[in-house]
Amino acid sequence: MTDLTELGVKAIRDGVAVGDFSAVEVAEAFNAAVADAAQLNAFIVATPDHALDAAKKVDADRAAGKELGTMAGVPIGMKDLFATKGVQTTAASHILEGFKPEYESTVSQKLWDAGAGMLGKLNLDQFAMGSSNETSYFGDVANPWRRNDGGNAKLAPGGSSGGSSAAVAGRIAPAATGTDTGGSIRQPAAFTGIAGIKPTYGRCSRWGIVAFASSLDQAGPMARSVEDCAIMLEAMAGFDPKDSTSLELDVPAWSANLNADLSGKRVGIPKEYRMDGTDEDILKSWEDGIAWLKDAGAEVVEISLPHTKYALPAYYIVAPAEASSNLARYDGVRYGLRDLPDGAGLQDMYAATRAEGFGDEVKRRILIGTYVLSAGFYDAYYTQAMKIRTLVQSDFEQAWEKCDFVLAPTTPTAAFALGDKTSDPLAMYLNDVFAVPASLAGLPAMSVPAGLNKDGLPLGLQIVGPAFDEQAVLNAGLAIEQRAGFTAKPEKWW
Amino acid sequence: MAKIASLARIDVDEKDLDHMVPEFNNILAWVEQLGEVDTSSVEPMTAVIPQELRLRDDVVDADPLTGGGKRDAILANAPVAEHGFFGVPKVIE
Repeated sequence: MTDLTELGVKAIRDGVAVGDFSAVEVAEAFNAAVADAAQLNAFIVATPDHALDAAKKVDADRAAGKELGTMAGVPIGMKDLFATKGVQTTAASHILEGFKPEYESTVSQKLWDAGAGMLGKLNLDQFAMGSSNETSYFGDVANPWRRNDGGNAKLAPGGSSGGSSAAVAGRIAPAATGTDTGGSIRQPAAFTGIAGIKPTYGRCSRWGIVAFASSLDQAGPMARSVEDCAIMLEAMAGFDPKDSTSLELDVPAWSANLNADLSGKRVGIPKEYRMDGTDEDILKSWEDGIAWLKDAGAEVVEISLPHTKYALPAYYIVAPAEASSNLARYDGVRYGLRDLPDGAGLQDMYAATRAEGFGDEVKRRILIGTYVLSAGFYDAYYTQAMKIRTLVQSDFEQAWEKCDFVLAPTTPTAAFALGDKTSDPLAMYLNDVFAVPASLAGLPAMSVPAGLNKDGLPLGLQIVGPAFDEQAVLNAGLAIEQRAGFTAKPEKWW
Repeated sequence: MAKIASLARIDVDEKDLDHMVPEFNNILAWVEQLGEVDTSSVEPMTAVIPQELRLRDDVVDADPLTGGGKRDAILANAPVAEHGFFGVPKVIE
C-alpha cells in the first residue's frame, strides 16, 4: 500500500474522493508521523483528535454522497500564530502560554470548512520575529535536512514559519499554513526544499492571526508542490469584513488555471539582486532558473529595482514600529501571563509582565520600534522609511512595464546551522534581503525548490508578480518545478 | 536605552543594558543609510494596496463574531477576573 505520508494535498484529496483510502487512514498515518517526530520539535501542541474528527466527518459525508470540500481529508499543520478555538495559541511566546482562544481565525475556519483537519499547532519564531526558528520560547526547530558531509550538525529550518517548513519537508504534514511579514513563508520554504506562496497583501484575512506588523502580515500555504499551494491558497483566501484591509475580490481559480506555458511572457531579472556575498551555488541556481523559464517560452529581460538595498533597513524600521504598537496589548490584564511583584502597582506589573513574557528578540524589536516612533525621531526614521517604501513599490511599478514577473533567489545562502547567527542580530536580519522588497510592496511572491547545493542542501528560487496576479507567480513556479525535477528528500534521522 | 525601555514598559536589568546598547547602536547605524536617499519629493506610503475604507452596516452585532454580549468569553483568559471585570492591582492610593 502507498505510504500515505508521501502524498500531497491533491493526491490525498483525490484519493479520498475516489475511495483509494479513507480520510481516517490518512489522519492516522500523519498523526503517527507527528508522534514520531519529537526530535524535530516542529509542533508546540499536537491535536490528533482534531485531525481524526475532521477525517471522520469527511468519510461520513462521502458515504452519504455529499459533495466534499476542496481540502477534504487533508490533515494540515497550523502555524501557532492562528487563533484556534479551545486549542492553545502562543505565537511561540511565554506571554501567551496557556492562552486558549474563544474564537477561530478566519483562515483556519475556512480550511476546516473546506474539509481539512488539524494535526497540531506548529512552532515558529516568537511572534514571527526571526529567520531561524531560534527565538521560540518552546525551543529550536531542527531542519529535517542535514549536510552531506556525514556530520550531524542541526540546521535551521528558516523562520519564522520554521515548524511549518520542517513538518512539510519531513513528510509529517502534507501542507501547513505560514505567515509572511518579511519572508517568513519563502525563506523557510527555500531552506527545506518545499514551495510556499505569500499572496497579495489583503488576499487572506488577518482576523485571528496574532499581529506582528499589520501592514505587512499575510498568510499563505506551504506545501511540496505548486499545485498543492494553489489549491490550499484558494481555500485560505477571500474577502472578510472583519479585516479592514481585506481585499473585496473574488478568489480566482488558481489551481484550475495553472499553465506552465510561458510563451509571450517576459521574466525580469533584477540586476540589483546580484549582491556581494551571495553564495556561488545560489547564483548558479538563479542561472538554471533563467534557463528553465526560457525553455518554458518566456523572454528574459534585465530590469532595475534601484532601491533594493534600502528595502531591508526600511523594513527594520517599519516592522518594529508596528510591532511595538501591536504588542502593547500584552499587559498582563486581559490574557496571558501576569507577573505581579510584591507590592507592585499597575505600571510595575506591566513592565514586570513584559520583561518576563517576551524573549530577547521580541524585546529588541519593541525597543527599536519605540525609539523610531518617539518624539523627535519619528520623521528621521519612520517617515523616511515609509517614503523608501513608496520608492520600493514604485520600482516594481516601473518594472511591470517591462516584464510580467520577476525571478530572483529566495535567500543569499542555503540553510545555516542552528546557533550560527544567534549572537549577531544584524547578520540574521540580512538573510531576508531578497524577500523583504516584495513584502514592503505588498506583492505576491513564491519560493519553489530549484535543486541542491554542493552540501546536499535545498535551494529556492523566488518569483514576484504584480499585485493581484498570483496566477503569474504560480504559473512561473510550475514551469520551474517541472524543469527542476526536484525529487530529493531528507533522509529520516529523527 | 533605559528611557526607551521605560516608554515600552519593559523592565530591563542594568547588566542587560551593557550588551543591549552596542547591539542597538549597531542596528541604528545600519538603518541610518536610509538618510542617503533624497526623498524630498516622495510621499510616505499610507496603504500598501490602495482601497476604500469600508463602513459596516450601522446595526447591532453586524457580525456576531465581533458583536457584543461576550463578557464571559472575553474574561475567560484573564489572569484575574472578578465580578465580571478584569482584576488589576490598586491604581489609586
